[in-house]
Amino acid sequence: MADVIQQQVQTATISGHHEVDYLSDGNGIKDWLYTVDHKRIGIMYLILVLTAFLAGGLLAMAIRLELLTPARTIMDAETYNRVFTLHGAIMVFLFIIPSIPAALGNFVLPLMLGAKDVAFPRLNLASFYIYVLGACMMLGAILTGGVDTGWTFYTPYSTSTSGSVALTTMGVFVLGFSSIFTGINFIATIHKMRAPGMGWFEMPLFVWGMYSTAVIQVLATPVLGITMVLLVLERAFGIGIFDPRIGGDPVLFQHFFWFYSHPAVYIMILPGMAIISEVIPTFSHRTIFGYRGIAFSSVAIALVSFIVWGHHMFTSGQSQLINGVFSFLTFIVGIPSGIKVFNWVATMYQGRITLKAPMLFAISFLLLFTIGGLTGLFLGSLSVDIHLHDTYFVVAHFHYVMMGGTVIAFLAGLHYWWPKMFGRMYNEKLAALSCALIFVGFNVTFLTQFVLGSRGMPRRYYNYLDQFQPLHQFSTFGSWILGLGFFIMLGYLLASLRGPKNAPADPWGGTTMEWQALSPPITHNFSGTPVLTRAPYDYRNVPQGVDK
Amino acid sequence: MSVVETIQHDHAEVHDPHQQHHFATAEQQQDASKIGMWLFLVTEVLLFGGLFVGYIVMQGRFPEAWKSAHHHLQRELGALNTVVLLVSSFTMVMAVQAAKLNRRKQLIGNLWVTIICAFIFLIVKYFEYSHKYHEGLLPFKAFYSYTGPQVPGEFHFFSFYFMMTGLHGFHILGGIAVMLWILKRAYAGEFTSQYYTPVDLIGLYWHLVDLIWIYLFPLLYLIS
Amino acid sequence: MSSHSSHHDHTKLYATTLGGLLVLTAITVAASYVNFGSANIVVAMFIATIKASLVAMIFMHLKDDKPVNAVIFTSSLIFLGIFLGFCLLDADSRDKVVTGHLTWVEEQDREEAKKKAKMSPAADHHAPAAEHH
Repeated sequence: MADVIQQQVQTATISGHHEVDYLSDGNGIKDWLYTVDHKRIGIMYLILVLTAFLAGGLLAMAIRLELLTPARTIMDAETYNRVFTLHGAIMVFLFIIPSIPAALGNFVLPLMLGAKDVAFPRLNLASFYIYVLGACMMLGAILTGGVDTGWTFYTPYSTSTSGSVALTTMGVFVLGFSSIFTGINFIATIHKMRAPGMGWFEMPLFVWGMYSTAVIQVLATPVLGITMVLLVLERAFGIGIFDPRIGGDPVLFQHFFWFYSHPAVYIMILPGMAIISEVIPTFSHRTIFGYRGIAFSSVAIALVSFIVWGHHMFTSGQSQLINGVFSFLTFIVGIPSGIKVFNWVATMYQGRITLKAPMLFAISFLLLFTIGGLTGLFLGSLSVDIHLHDTYFVVAHFHYVMMGGTVIAFLAGLHYWWPKMFGRMYNEKLAALSCALIFVGFNVTFLTQFVLGSRGMPRRYYNYLDQFQPLHQFSTFGSWILGLGFFIMLGYLLASLRGPKNAPADPWGGTTMEWQALSPPITHNFSGTPVLTRAPYDYRNVPQGVDK
Repeated sequence: MSVVETIQHDHAEVHDPHQQHHFATAEQQQDASKIGMWLFLVTEVLLFGGLFVGYIVMQGRFPEAWKSAHHHLQRELGALNTVVLLVSSFTMVMAVQAAKLNRRKQLIGNLWVTIICAFIFLIVKYFEYSHKYHEGLLPFKAFYSYTGPQVPGEFHFFSFYFMMTGLHGFHILGGIAVMLWILKRAYAGEFTSQYYTPVDLIGLYWHLVDLIWIYLFPLLYLIS
Repeated sequence: MSSHSSHHDHTKLYATTLGGLLVLTAITVAASYVNFGSANIVVAMFIATIKASLVAMIFMHLKDDKPVNAVIFTSSLIFLGIFLGFCLLDADSRDKVVTGHLTWVEEQDREEAKKKAKMSPAADHHAPAAEHH
């Protein structure tokens, strides 16, 4: 292993002039705020995204605490409505959507392609500042009274309720541009910035996932933008499109909203799958099973995501015909998702598995995502959904996909690339402990909610029948275990930053190009232009991680 | 052992001053910019698309109102503006060609004509708007104050008429601003057959604005 | 540079295209004065699509450009079509009682009639169609 590291150091120094790593390359405040380096922008995104996650997480803890008893526990009903709306809006728009693409993807994607930067570095920085602006607008909305509509802003409630609906929706509008810019940047980068020798099927699978995500970002987000503008105008002046009191159609709003927001679910999960496709082969030390299957299933998911949105609206009053059509189409999504899960498991089969933290998270992902995906099929069945719609079963389902899927995959990616990003290893034992706590806490919290939902507990309710109390309490205990797990993680990750830069270039025995750059990489990523000489996931002659 | 080899940069090679450091070649940079622009146009299509879908669905809800309301629009002015935009599209494509062929004077001339056409479009639009304003044919329930004979749902039509032409008008304004900037750079002699990407890109944008109007015109003015 | 349309003078092609576009505009305006019934909108959209294709292929150079750009642009139209298609399918197949907008239209008609009755009791020639569905 040592000779590999040695070789990296040599490649970095033979270029003639001394090149410093990107973290040390100017540390004034302006060096960061005006940077166009994709790695620094990625880190700035990471900081804000994690802050949003912390805020959204604390709100979730507050929600669970309130539900400890059937009556008032810590807040009144009005506040409760605002808190769960805020939890949803922050988690969706400020955390999950930018989390993997804009934070981790920004950092890793050009490195994986052997590029010096993304295609449009200034657009990348603009995307970051637009995100900041959007976040500020949402913060402003909180300070001026908050919103109690739920993150879906359904009309006619959203056109009649008081509160800062306009400011929040405009914040969402602005955040949409940030997402679009990232998408445009990634597509152009993947098309034009691949290293010499890297064809489409030599790209790491993470890149395929990012590509599919970017396609959705570009195609769907503009519709969200115009929907938010229409909502604000409807609310302020009355267009007559969504508000039934002036001849509008509230169900049309749901069509507009879900035309974006269902594909957006895949903006959230595809990057998660993309990370898992990297972590599993690396820690199984085995070539990925069915490269093309995984690559194409990403694209297939992206495309199919646009024709299933009506399954959110089975009880909305949309036509019976279209209910049936959407229910049927929804099952198609199960196929590419299933292909992926089988391929991951097949990759692990007979592999030499090392249970490092990223792999632990990846295995958690496999279990949790499978539960989330399968319960999705229940909900996609028209007749079953009529019973389960707007119950805790739905809440549990999308938390299994969004948190058990995306967030856990995000954590896998964070632990996988942490040494690359900061040049430092973290405490592996604490990482394993934190992963275990999160896994247990998560299941205690949300598996319970499947039961609650199937017994008829509706979502978004402040009070509930006494008979539900034991289950609600159990779920709340789970949230505490979850919180503890994240708290430990925060501790050891921050602690690692105080340590020396001790990470080798390729601590895990990864084969994709980012592991050929130094940890942390130099400002221009590689000295010279790297050329790909063999396919990704070829583990022959690659040692398996540092202390193996 | 290593997955990658590295090619050392040949720093002796002559660098185009417009080529950014992270691109290997000027061609790669131009192709990337073009893809980026087309993706941007995709987002524009879908942004307008939301309004188109809303317009068509609402037409299905209020077909009588739509028929009756569109008589308030002046078909001749709409047609005139269509011609103006088509001509501007032609001069724009001529400007791009001029840049490509190193014809600076032709580039500047064509850009000017395009900008003038854009202004004519806006002036015609202004007359149309002010006419509607005086009749009270304004968008939204809050402003619509027309009192003549009408069918329920006409204010819906005018909401969409103003939102769609208004959004389109903002795109014309934005186009003018960028074209003036391109014009300034053209006077400075920045564009050559080696580097004319900005002219190419604003051209694409301008044609899309034209393209959207090609659909807006029959949808708004010619329904019967 | 990657000029796929080679560095030749295409003025003639562009001018012809402009001519075609202007003729099509004239046709679509003329057609709008003829009553084809519900086919009017179809004719107008058909002509608009020819015009749009001309602009995209010739003025925007999609004809000679790298195919990826055409794929990107076409995708926007396909997905817009999906959006429109499902919304219309729902609107057309939905139980009209549920949508409630007919109630709204009737309410408007009643109010209108009341106003009319107040202003001029004789003016009953304008009877808005409440049964237009």
